[in-house]
Amino acid sequence: MLAQQLVNAISLGGVYALFALGFTLVFGVLNVVNLAHGAIFMLGAYAALQGVIHLRLSLLASAFFAMLVTGIVGWLLDRLIFAPLRARRAPHLAPMVATIGLAISLNSLVQGFFGAENLRFPVDALSAEALSLRGVQITWLELRIIFLAFVLMVALLWGLKKTRIGCALRGLAESPKAAALMGVDVDGLFRMTSVIAALLGGVAGVLIALYTNVKSSRPIWDGMMSQALRQGRTYHEQFSGSFGTAGPLRRNRSGERH
Amino acid sequence: MRGIDLSLHQGQTTTLLGANGAGKSSTLLALSGLLRASAGSIIFDGAELRNLPPHRIHARGLIQVPEGREILTTLTVRENLLLGAYRRQRRDEIAADLENTLMLFPRLGERLDSAAGNLSCGEQQMLAIARALMARPRLLLLDEPSMGLAPLLVQEILKTLRELNEQGLTIFLVEQNVHQALRVAHYAYVMESGQIVLSGPSSELLNNPKVIEAYLGA
Repeated sequence: MLAQQLVNAISLGGVYALFALGFTLVFGVLNVVNLAHGAIFMLGAYAALQGVIHLRLSLLASAFFAMLVTGIVGWLLDRLIFAPLRARRAPHLAPMVATIGLAISLNSLVQGFFGAENLRFPVDALSAEALSLRGVQITWLELRIIFLAFVLMVALLWGLKKTRIGCALRGLAESPKAAALMGVDVDGLFRMTSVIAALLGGVAGVLIALYTNVKSSRPIWDGMMSQALRQGRTYHEQFSGSFGTAGPLRRNRSGERH
Repeated sequence: MRGIDLSLHQGQTTTLLGANGAGKSSTLLALSGLLRASAGSIIFDGAELRNLPPHRIHARGLIQVPEGREILTTLTVRENLLLGAYRRQRRDEIAADLENTLMLFPRLGERLDSAAGNLSCGEQQMLAIARALMARPRLLLLDEPSMGLAPLLVQEILKTLRELNEQGLTIFLVEQNVHQALRVAHYAYVMESGQIVLSGPSSELLNNPKVIEAYLGA
């Protein structure tokens, strides 16, 4: 039983790690608390679902479709929200509040189009077939999630540590001014960061949707897990809720400094 | 700032002097594109630089060593130096330049893999200059490299600048340390409340009673 819980925790944790990776990337490099990351995560799940149902894409292709959609949103997020705020040197709170607005818009938009009820991937989209090892069940999906999370984390870490552009990103995170004076295209890298973060958020959204989809079709999980896409929204709400209370704290602290 | 008319000549060291708040740093930031000049023009090699983003100006070979050094403290010394060559492609040339730069600043070579934040102030200033050199500047802009450094270190840094100039590098030096700067530079401008109030060959300014009175003490 413990081993089973461990497997469940690692696969679910892998999804959360992917989500967190995108969030921290934006926080670290752009210095923005992106409260729309949860909405992008949700959008990834919906995009993949539409890819499967309406565009009749394979699951893998629809995952890429979801990444395309969230990547574009990430690009637009920087182009239309973060970049203008940067240009006018807005205080940190401004982009954060703007992302709350974006999150609400995205949520309402998706709800307007697809309704508020829980949606699921078609039953045949992904097999719930599980490997069984000494009573511990692990699905192919879980294995893929763990593998993907691991690979993406290592790739990101390696990229940040070893590549020229990663070095520039770390420099940019410390001082945009210094980076600009070294010939780094600051706005370009900011935009790239926003896109990469959104891609990671999108992938995490697709995975969580599939995960709950498959999980909830298993007897043991029936009735326990909230179903498929619902989770993206709740997660986002919890998230912005907790940051809502952290907000004033941050402001007070920076207020003292000045 | 208004009515600033500066011209720099290839192969020369030009200095811009003035007290705190005179507008020296703003002038440099405008040259590098970090501040937008609302009017006027910045001509470098016959091309207009005003309104270009900083990285495009950097690509033209106008490299700035910013005030307060702005080294990246969380990166290693090596990473700082290589980031200086960020826009260059040829790895062999970069490696060769790294070697040359380290010959100029041997102390950096001893600390290549330590975090740049652990360097002393003098070493950090050397790193800031070395990093700028890694970009192969055609014009090196320096914003108060002597700031906060012990007199001996100031001498060392200025000596290095003179050597670089003798090797053919064009330098634009912004300084408050008037005496030292005038000794290094060929030509000098003096700035006050956003305007150029005085200019001339350094040797003349060194003997100009007005400058001596205002900046060098009686």
